[in-house]
Amino acid sequence: MAAKDTGGQERASRQSEEADEEFTEDSSDLKERQARLSEDVEDVLDEIDEVLESDAESFVRSFVQKGGQ
Amino acid sequence: MGSETEYGISVPGHPNANAMLTSSQIVNAYATAMQRARRARWDFEEENPLRDARGFDLARELADSSQLTDEDSGLANVILTNGARLYVDHAHPEYSTPEVTNPRDAVIWDKAGELIMAEAARYAALVPGSLPINLYKNNTDNKGASYGSHENYLVSRSTPFADIVRHLTPFFVTRQVFAGSGRVGVGQDGRGHGFQLSQRADFFEVEVGLETTLKRPIINTRDEPHADPEKHRRLHVIIGDANLAEISIFLKMGTTSLVLAMIEDRFIGADFTVDQPVRTLHEVSHDPSLKHLVKLRSGRKLTAVQLQMEYFEQARKYVEDRYGTDVDPITQEVLDRWESVLTRLEADPMLLRRELDWVAKLELLEGYRQRDSLDWEEARLHLVDLQYSDVRPEKGLYQRLAARGRFERIVTDEEILAAVDMPPEDTRAYFRGRCLDKYADSVAAASWDSVIFDLPERESLQRIPTLDPLRGTKQHVQGLIERCRTASDLVRELTSGS
Repeated sequence: MAAKDTGGQERASRQSEEADEEFTEDSSDLKERQARLSEDVEDVLDEIDEVLESDAESFVRSFVQKGGQ
Repeated sequence: MGSETEYGISVPGHPNANAMLTSSQIVNAYATAMQRARRARWDFEEENPLRDARGFDLARELADSSQLTDEDSGLANVILTNGARLYVDHAHPEYSTPEVTNPRDAVIWDKAGELIMAEAARYAALVPGSLPINLYKNNTDNKGASYGSHENYLVSRSTPFADIVRHLTPFFVTRQVFAGSGRVGVGQDGRGHGFQLSQRADFFEVEVGLETTLKRPIINTRDEPHADPEKHRRLHVIIGDANLAEISIFLKMGTTSLVLAMIEDRFIGADFTVDQPVRTLHEVSHDPSLKHLVKLRSGRKLTAVQLQMEYFEQARKYVEDRYGTDVDPITQEVLDRWESVLTRLEADPMLLRRELDWVAKLELLEGYRQRDSLDWEEARLHLVDLQYSDVRPEKGLYQRLAARGRFERIVTDEEILAAVDMPPEDTRAYFRGRCLDKYADSVAAASWDSVIFDLPERESLQRIPTLDPLRGTKQHVQGLIERCRTASDLVRELTSGS
């Protein structure tokens, strides 16, 4: 679709190629990719564990706002 | 265009702290710190020390006097050197960006607001005896309260409002597929279990109306143009989420502005009127799989992503028709990203984890659910949702993800940092911001459409109107401001009939 665009044609087609690559990878290496991703997400969660406020229950409960627009 | 964001505010351990008071502490702490910084420079530039002291006091009076038109009088309110407004609205500190001409600048000055809020909280904590105040760029406390993140677009007065309602409603009902920030909890009080695309959707109850704090309408009819009312109306968009991801902000404002341009030019022939728009808005938000079918009044059924794709197709044709190959790079980027994001959302929403707030948030939440076997009602998931929007770089989860390079960027840290102090160069915000920087001690008040000077040789205040948003740009006034050492010089030149 974007490739029909006369303006910025190069960029548009490059972007959709990138998207296509991602789809291809998505379907062929799905399992491997999911494994890799979850490892990556594990790392992120470890970091977030460190910064999450302690006592989630009372922290969330005490976040009370007055209304706004 | 521009945006206004009310930040969530809390004093940990003190849920009953007076929010108007703490919001004022935030705004005043920032204003005072800025004045100190500026005063140091005045000491260097100005000969008369009394003038400096007066500037400091005057600026505080300024905060009071400019609110006389406000119903919430007595609350802090300052205009910053970047042309933005920082003030207390209802029970939240609010940052309104200066006027910008394009969605890329909208991202830069919106993100600058996050830095300003984080800075303000740091300054407020330095005041002896004060408790730490946390600020959140989100839109609900999940207990029934919602606070807004509004966008403003200048629209030609000649555009029939019925056209705006007809074409913008289906667009707004479905825009959340890329503009949502994600939320844990369903219903206004968040008691329903689950994840939804939008922070705000559940708080919208009617299709069109003037209200912003209750019975919120999908299309808001407030019409204060802050510009020539004969030529313009200001479309006040209240349905958006406060976004942190740059691409979410860019697309939210870029696509909306393109759709409005098409409406102004009466380009949209098709009618996408949605059957039961309010209910559909909620249903779309409640379905992160993006499979829900939206029913149009014509009988057609399609997903929210497909309906967005229809708008994209219209916009692509519109831009080709109007500009051919001569399209500006930012408009082209809006089109390219819009299409690319929709295409991937259709294939697998999780592909957008590096671009969209709701997807990035959902990935974190699903990670926790999987690793720790948590259900949606777990407090820890609600905390992840809340803390995603914490403005502190060390605490905010968006910030942590961004620091790890997990978000695609479209602007640079340097641009955002510069925008904390400097106004955009191509709107009247340039004149406002530069006046506040250079002549702060002589500015009695400033608003979107004027700067008011208090000059030693004049008894009455001198008002310089800035009614045209595209005048007072760097190109227009840079030379003038460089040339005029004092505000008196400036006002003399501006009023001498030139």
